[in-house]
Amino acid sequence: MSGLLGKKIGMTRFFDDSGASMGATLIQAGPCTVVQVKTPDKDGYSAVQLGFIEQKPKRLTRPLAGHFKKAQVPPFRFLREFRDYGHDVKIGDKVSVDIFQEGHRVKIAGRTKGRGFAGVVKRHGFHGGPKTHGQSDRHRAPGSIGQSAYPKRVLKGMRMAGRYGNERNTVRNLRILKIYQDRNMLLVEGSIPGARNGIVEIIG
Amino acid sequence: MDPLKVAIADQMKAEIPDFSAGDDVEVHYSVVEGDKERVQIFKGLVIQRRGSGINETFTVRKMSSGVGVERVFPLHSPRIAKINCVRRGKVRRAKLYYIRNLRGKAARIEEKR
Repeated sequence: MSGLLGKKIGMTRFFDDSGASMGATLIQAGPCTVVQVKTPDKDGYSAVQLGFIEQKPKRLTRPLAGHFKKAQVPPFRFLREFRDYGHDVKIGDKVSVDIFQEGHRVKIAGRTKGRGFAGVVKRHGFHGGPKTHGQSDRHRAPGSIGQSAYPKRVLKGMRMAGRYGNERNTVRNLRILKIYQDRNMLLVEGSIPGARNGIVEIIG
Repeated sequence: MDPLKVAIADQMKAEIPDFSAGDDVEVHYSVVEGDKERVQIFKGLVIQRRGSGINETFTVRKMSSGVGVERVFPLHSPRIAKINCVRRGKVRRAKLYYIRNLRGKAARIEEKR
């Protein structure tokens, strides 16, 4: 497994070699710096910690400042771990889009757009009530949430309205359409989680 | 500059023939049938151009044995080999949806001169 941190730039359209048109997302991917290498001997598992986008030192907490000082790397805004990293890297190494190849499939994880307190139609894909035939105030209602005297309670896990979005989501099997090595950018097929300028993990 | 525009700059066609709603055009569109590729010509009236940049599309309408047929083409599609403007129409609006409700003589468009 390999991975990189990136920033979502936005979506556009792409025509492939056969001329087919598809939606595509542009990502500013890396370059990232290796801040820590975790080994089974020392940490109990194998992983690589990458830093992305430099940060002003005065914005760091003292524990974090120490962490960066130990690695002798500049401070970063974002740190993420990738387990069982497929490339041989050591602390201070730069990782860039070179680790990917056009046509390969990757997973992309990020934080979805927060939708606030959302109803069941948006949150769970319910159909809502009938639009006509004398309906009032029932258009986006959830309908029945259970029976009556037995079990005389609402079952646990009943899908209802509530906070939706702003959670981690991973999209798998995204094809890399294009790699821009000089500008550290990736174009992948389809959509990825989060708003523009959101931080995403690209997992190869 | 907008990184999105830079990223797909090589996907955009350098030269787009000048045409707009109201014009009659011939669209040379390559179709793949099995393992053969041939160019099909779709000839009709441009009833709209919409979108911008790589997302721009145009709609061509023609009457095919009495039935109206509309096709939407992405302007920058590599499958479009050529767009020929056959006749320039004199129209007063950018979207000619009203033409769908007209037939026969009423559905004609005056030539621009």
